[in-house]
Amino acid sequence: MILSDYLSAALLIAGAVFFLAGTLGLLRFPDVYTRLHALTKADNVGLGLMVVGLAVQAESWAAAGKLLLIWLLILLAGASVAHLVAGGALQRGILPWKR
Amino acid sequence: MEAVILLQWTFDTFLGLGLLWLAWRALACPDLFRAIVLFVAFGLLLAMAWVSLDAPDVALAEAAIGAGLTGALLLAALARLRSSETNVEVAGQPEKKGLKVRNPQWLPVVVLLPVAAGLGYVVLSLPPDAVGLSAQVAANLETGGVSNPVTAVLLNFRGYDTLLEMVVLLLALLGVWSLGGAALRREDAPGLVLDTLSRLLAPVLILVAGYLLWVGAHAPGGAFQAGSVLGAAGVLLLLAGWRLHAGLAALPLRLALVAGSGIFLAMAVFTLLMEGQLLKYPPAQAGILILVLETAATVSIGVTLAALFLGGRPPNKQDHR
Repeated sequence: MILSDYLSAALLIAGAVFFLAGTLGLLRFPDVYTRLHALTKADNVGLGLMVVGLAVQAESWAAAGKLLLIWLLILLAGASVAHLVAGGALQRGILPWKR
Repeated sequence: MEAVILLQWTFDTFLGLGLLWLAWRALACPDLFRAIVLFVAFGLLLAMAWVSLDAPDVALAEAAIGAGLTGALLLAALARLRSSETNVEVAGQPEKKGLKVRNPQWLPVVVLLPVAAGLGYVVLSLPPDAVGLSAQVAANLETGGVSNPVTAVLLNFRGYDTLLEMVVLLLALLGVWSLGGAALRREDAPGLVLDTLSRLLAPVLILVAGYLLWVGAHAPGGAFQAGSVLGAAGVLLLLAGWRLHAGLAALPLRLALVAGSGIFLAMAVFTLLMEGQLLKYPPAQAGILILVLETAATVSIGVTLAALFLGGRPPNKQDHR
């Protein structure tokens, strides 16, 4: 293992931790809004860490660029879809959870 | 190394069990919306199974068509189902009152058990180390015109399969169109987020479709993957409230719909006359012929999928006379 392998492993594991936290939040949080929060925030960062971890191993700059592009697209789509789902839930009169 | 194999094996086992569980849940779920969500999750896991089997071409197609667009089509169908249920409150009523329609639960089991037994017998009676056709494909790849063996098989060696698939897609759309007109355009504005998202993503999706089409010659990709990405762009635009201009809905739309099948058929007839064999391209021109066929197929698949999502014949100028 060379240095870049350790770097990749660290980034991938950190990303996996974020995915785990997001999944836990999705399963355990009380309502749709808090679940969206857990899902989008954690997945965006988690995927970003994974993408950087994989980009370290990429054979060319073009491959690394494609990975980065995937992350940017998912950031855009994830944020928009979360907004749409939350907007739809508000329209249907689902009240945000209060302690 | 053994640890890696064990990890792979564990992952595959969970994947297989997860697929079976999701399939069962999707079938058994009484709530249709939930069943569709489960079906989409099933499609995504299935795509991962294809990746695990080293079949990235199939994985791409499964993720784009099986999980993505089929999910969108099912949701659109569900929305129409619900709106028709609120209009006509007849469905399901007579069953509850007088006529007791009995639906024996064991009947499908009786039918399916022999099928499962037969399938199991066939799988078990396969030779344990079959050669397959991959060696033959690799040997003939030189004359195929493309360096991606999957594209060579789909568009050249067994081009008639793809030709028939294109016709099947067209027939599906004809079936949907014969059921009625398109759903009416939503009156309320799509909202800033959806509007911006569709404006940003539609050009990117078209670019990705072109890339997938081009890269299919030497790497995973091709007409069906590109077409489904194009179809996704159409679905996104339709969701954002865009509708085809009435002047384009008559002949231009139909031309785009039949372009794939039409050019494929023309090519089949031409090669039959010139080379004496259906879809046997001259090796020197095979690459460019495949690109032409795939381009037409991509456009047709994309437009057909978007039209299927619209769920009915779009109104055109003739209708207004």
